[in-house]
Amino acid sequence: MTVLSIIYVVLFYVAIIVLFGGIANKVMLYKRVPAPLKIPVTPAPITRGGVVYRLFYEVVFFNSLFRASKWTWIFGWIFHVSLLLAFFRHLRYVISPDVFFWPLVNNQIVQSFGHYAGFTMLLGLAGLLARRFLVDRVRYISSASDYLMLILIMGIATSGLMIVYVAHTDIIQLKAFIMGLFLADPQNLPSDPILLVHLTMVLFLAVIFPISKLLHAPGLFFAPTRNQVDNPREKRHLSAWGAEIEKKDGRNA
Amino acid sequence: MADYEIPETHEFPIIPSIMEGAMAHSAPFVASEEFQTAMGFPSGAETGQLIDGWKEKFLELLEEKLGKYRSLQVFMDTCVKCGACTDKCHYFIGTADPKNMPVARQDLIRKIYRRYFTFAGKFFGKLGIPGFVGAAELTEEAVREMYSYYHQCSECRRCAVFCPFGIDTAEVTMAARDILSMIGMGQKYSNQIIPKIHKIGNNLGLPEAALADTLEGLEEEIEDETGVKVRLPLDEKGADILLVTPSADFFAEPHVDGLMGYAKVFHAAGVSWTISSLASEAANFGLFIGNYEAMRNISLRIRDEAKRLGVKRIIFGECGHAWRVAYNHLNTLAGPWDFLDQNYPIPQHILEFTKDCLDRDILNIDKSENDHMTLTFHDSCNIARASRIGEEPGSQFTTPREVIKAVCNNFHDMPIETIHDQTFCCGGGGGLLTDDLMELRIKGALPRMEALKNTVAEKGVTHMAAICAICKSQFTKVLPYYGMTMDQIVSVHQLVSSAIILEGQGEEAEESDDAEESA
Repeated sequence: MTVLSIIYVVLFYVAIIVLFGGIANKVMLYKRVPAPLKIPVTPAPITRGGVVYRLFYEVVFFNSLFRASKWTWIFGWIFHVSLLLAFFRHLRYVISPDVFFWPLVNNQIVQSFGHYAGFTMLLGLAGLLARRFLVDRVRYISSASDYLMLILIMGIATSGLMIVYVAHTDIIQLKAFIMGLFLADPQNLPSDPILLVHLTMVLFLAVIFPISKLLHAPGLFFAPTRNQVDNPREKRHLSAWGAEIEKKDGRNA
Repeated sequence: MADYEIPETHEFPIIPSIMEGAMAHSAPFVASEEFQTAMGFPSGAETGQLIDGWKEKFLELLEEKLGKYRSLQVFMDTCVKCGACTDKCHYFIGTADPKNMPVARQDLIRKIYRRYFTFAGKFFGKLGIPGFVGAAELTEEAVREMYSYYHQCSECRRCAVFCPFGIDTAEVTMAARDILSMIGMGQKYSNQIIPKIHKIGNNLGLPEAALADTLEGLEEEIEDETGVKVRLPLDEKGADILLVTPSADFFAEPHVDGLMGYAKVFHAAGVSWTISSLASEAANFGLFIGNYEAMRNISLRIRDEAKRLGVKRIIFGECGHAWRVAYNHLNTLAGPWDFLDQNYPIPQHILEFTKDCLDRDILNIDKSENDHMTLTFHDSCNIARASRIGEEPGSQFTTPREVIKAVCNNFHDMPIETIHDQTFCCGGGGGLLTDDLMELRIKGALPRMEALKNTVAEKGVTHMAAICAICKSQFTKVLPYYGMTMDQIVSVHQLVSSAIILEGQGEEAEESDDAEESA
């Protein structure tokens, strides 16, 4: 084992723990904090199924953003879809060919779409970055971290594309390294600089996920404005602390 | 009319370039010790000063809020600064002040959250560059800025419609205002009004005797006009329906015409109803100041009165935020309502009642009575985006329009991007309907005024109907600033009132009309 490989093994484990531990921690917090009042933004669904549909529509098509700003929507949507396609493409590096859905991952369609996604991701990110610079209102609300996050993901996309088109890495060895992490059997990592840059940036993104605005991904599902059923007259909504107040003075009896 | 710089209206809405600090001077009067104390809030050494140890208290209160309101906790984390909301607020459009962009308004407190409650903010804060990750130190200046800009938000939720994550600035504003109240910076307007509702029964401080007088006067007015005796009962035990309506309905124009409309509908439907003097107010300013217990106490008056009078149903009059609280929170705050008749919605909106009467064809309507007007309709924010009228999602848009069309021949909507859930606030909601915020109210009305003006020009609309006491008062005040007249705003039930022909309403009525004209 090279020193470099040992360092990356440690970095991977730390990043994975921070990422999943951090998100789990936040999600549990969001679940634990009560929503004391009914506040769905109306018109809102009057059934649970309707709420699922509403959220589905938001997650898949960015419905509200579409209504808000077509430019932000088109760049944002292209970026996120590209991210999803790139994610599918990468699955073949982390799952064993023995797994039953291997053919779903390791096929021409997923793999070539994954390539194109690298370019469209850059396009989407460039659009979002340009908007941050060019629109005075968006520039006003942007902090350094807002720009850097876009640049970080652009760096990930660029280095990923470079591995495909400019400087190949030993992909067999890379997969051995990744599978070794799963099996707690550390393997060597190819030492190509572009690969290392790519992986380092991905690990950094994973670490900052639970402490940054990237929490919008899980947070979306917890917004009471979107996930509540519009039925306050039919069904009494009462939080635990609201019930405590009632108990104290007994005025609701 | 006092002198204010009136924003220009255009044929098409224009999103302004940002002008930093344009509204930094705007802030409502701070509540004095008297009004702070009446609400149970602390005061600084002098009015407008913060209490001792305000900083620790602020952070303690923010932590408590984060633990009690999922909305606040989630909204503090999920904003990605995408900018979708930046051009959606009527106060931004009307003032160009970037801190009136919803995200920037939220950021006033999000920066503090980031600095004191997140790893990133604490880390970069210690390095002396909290701004790197959108965090900032809590200073007195920051608190004063919050007081100013959280009172330039009418809690209308237009931003929340467009936010990809459903972030609702109203929730943030409410949390911020409650925290400000508790460190000595309550708002005079709201804090002065709320105690009156408990002491006297309504926001206006109209005592029972005066109210009885007023209602009697209205009965006479209806009788003069129609020749029919229509009652407006007060504190009648055993009535079926308790009407809870904004107190502006008792005296203000055009509100009072709406109240006479409800009375006529009730009369024609043959139901027994009453107003309660102790609950002679639908408004609930507890919502505006973001205080759960204040909102609950105001709601509980209605429970107490419903029980005391032994009514079977509760109906709310035309009022936006009151309906938001009634529709969404009355069950939570003052329920359960198991002692009322479960065959009717609890509570019910007056438009639901009237619409039902129209559907059952039990009202005698002469639409031509409204032929001198061409109507449009202003969707009130709290009804459009924060509640519902009717059975289906979105029936809060169709119900009032159907009622208007049932009693008027001429109706045109304003442009689609300014109505329904995209409606623009009147500019005076959310606890801002006070003279010390007149400049803000005029500027905030711009998008609505623009849409109305264009509809007047294109469709020949003469009047705008509304179903909210605050909208009506606000428009009465700001219409003249935009070259229109205050009587161009009407109540929906005022239209119903004009068109409804009561049983026994005949020649006698016309005679008295003539008499009035010659008098």
